[in-house]
Amino acid sequence: MAGNKVAVEISKELYEKAAKFIEENGGFKDVAELVEFLLQEAIASEDEGVELSPEDEEKVKERLRSLGYI
Amino acid sequence: MVPRPHGGRLVNRVLEGRRRELFLSEAKELPRLEVNIERAIDAEDLAKGVFSPLDGFMGREDYLSVLEEMRLQNGLPWTIPIILDAGRDELTGVREGDDILLSYGGIPIAVLTVEEIYSWDKKLHAQRVFKTTDPNHPGVEATYARKELLVGGRIELINPPPNPLERYTLWPIETRVLFKEKGWRSIVAFQTRNVPHMGHEYVQKAALTFADGILIHPLSGWKKRGDYRDEVIIAAYEALARHYYPEGVIVLSVLRMNMNYAGPREAIHHAIVRKNFGATHFIVGRDHAGVGDYYGPYEAWEIFKEFPDLGITPLFVREAYYCKKCGGMVNEKICPHSGEHRVKISGTRIREMLKRGELPPPHMMRPEVSKVILEFDNPFVE
Ligand SMILES: [Zn+2]
Repeated sequence: MAGNKVAVEISKELYEKAAKFIEENGGFKDVAELVEFLLQEAIASEDEGVELSPEDEEKVKERLRSLGYI
Repeated sequence: MVPRPHGGRLVNRVLEGRRRELFLSEAKELPRLEVNIERAIDAEDLAKGVFSPLDGFMGREDYLSVLEEMRLQNGLPWTIPIILDAGRDELTGVREGDDILLSYGGIPIAVLTVEEIYSWDKKLHAQRVFKTTDPNHPGVEATYARKELLVGGRIELINPPPNPLERYTLWPIETRVLFKEKGWRSIVAFQTRNVPHMGHEYVQKAALTFADGILIHPLSGWKKRGDYRDEVIIAAYEALARHYYPEGVIVLSVLRMNMNYAGPREAIHHAIVRKNFGATHFIVGRDHAGVGDYYGPYEAWEIFKEFPDLGITPLFVREAYYCKKCGGMVNEKICPHSGEHRVKISGTRIREMLKRGELPPPHMMRPEVSKVILEFDNPFVE
């Protein structure tokens, strides 16, 4: 196991279903990747992956206001 | 919930402040590569996160992986190559690792750190991306006209190319802040290159019925003769929004991005791009981004099956028509009546009527919209 990974237990039945899903649909290397993707989708916060300082966010809002979007 | 950017991180490669000054002063010394407007637009789209996680023009491995697998080397869905072409003579003395200046009309646009210079097989490219090598296909024609080498490398934007529609242009960071501010959690994006007729309005409203808001996202940029001008499309949508949408459910903003007419592959590309703008759903039309009869009518829907890991939900809304029996706009899924009761809303017919200066009938186009279009001296590209 890679240093920055942890193990999570899921039911065998669900695991097998997931493996079958990947076999049929592709898109994921393995069940771990699918689980990680779905978890990300479910719990990601709005700002995740978006770096924006409060000052820059204010600048963005200013432009949006001046254009009448907010 | 506003989705994470494609690949997990929104790219920002815009030079600002002192760093920009520094690059500008250095720029004069750098080898210069003059690019056309399409590549200048690509550079700005890259720098402002439209193509996240890409932060530059593709190198060979990613390029070939996109051609063959419709994925980047790391497995992430990606269907349209974002590549910079150059002539051998333009790259004399340029080596991998060098910085070069991309300019457009003499204006410095971006600095590109050359990671790789490689050759490409245009026929293979055409076959994979456009599913044809027929030079009559506009995307294939444009491909064949490009130069013999490709240059891969990260870019940093110095100046955006001039944009006559800047007032209507929002970038991914801006729509994301806007959606958050509005408290929208489900956002449908609608791609268009047309003025809205009743069929479009129906599709948008069908989607809006369950979503918090809709991003009407006309694609501006290169146009062919007879297309509606960008200002006309914007004015027409403003009229539609004013008269037929409640306050606060529409965001109308222009996206300047190159159109390839790559049908199914481009439908995926359009969806990925809208995910970067913060949309959760994307409306995929019948024959989306198609041209002529190069693609089957539902190919652009079927391709989504290959991408369970896209991270944005496609909405396949059927074409709408007016049904005399139902007494309104419907589609095949919700109307049982036969052809004789159906009135097809034809964009071509509407265009012909507008060209003659006539108002299309109200079941085809809202009169408020038609009138705004007819107020323009010439609504079409010459
Ligand atoms: Zn009917």
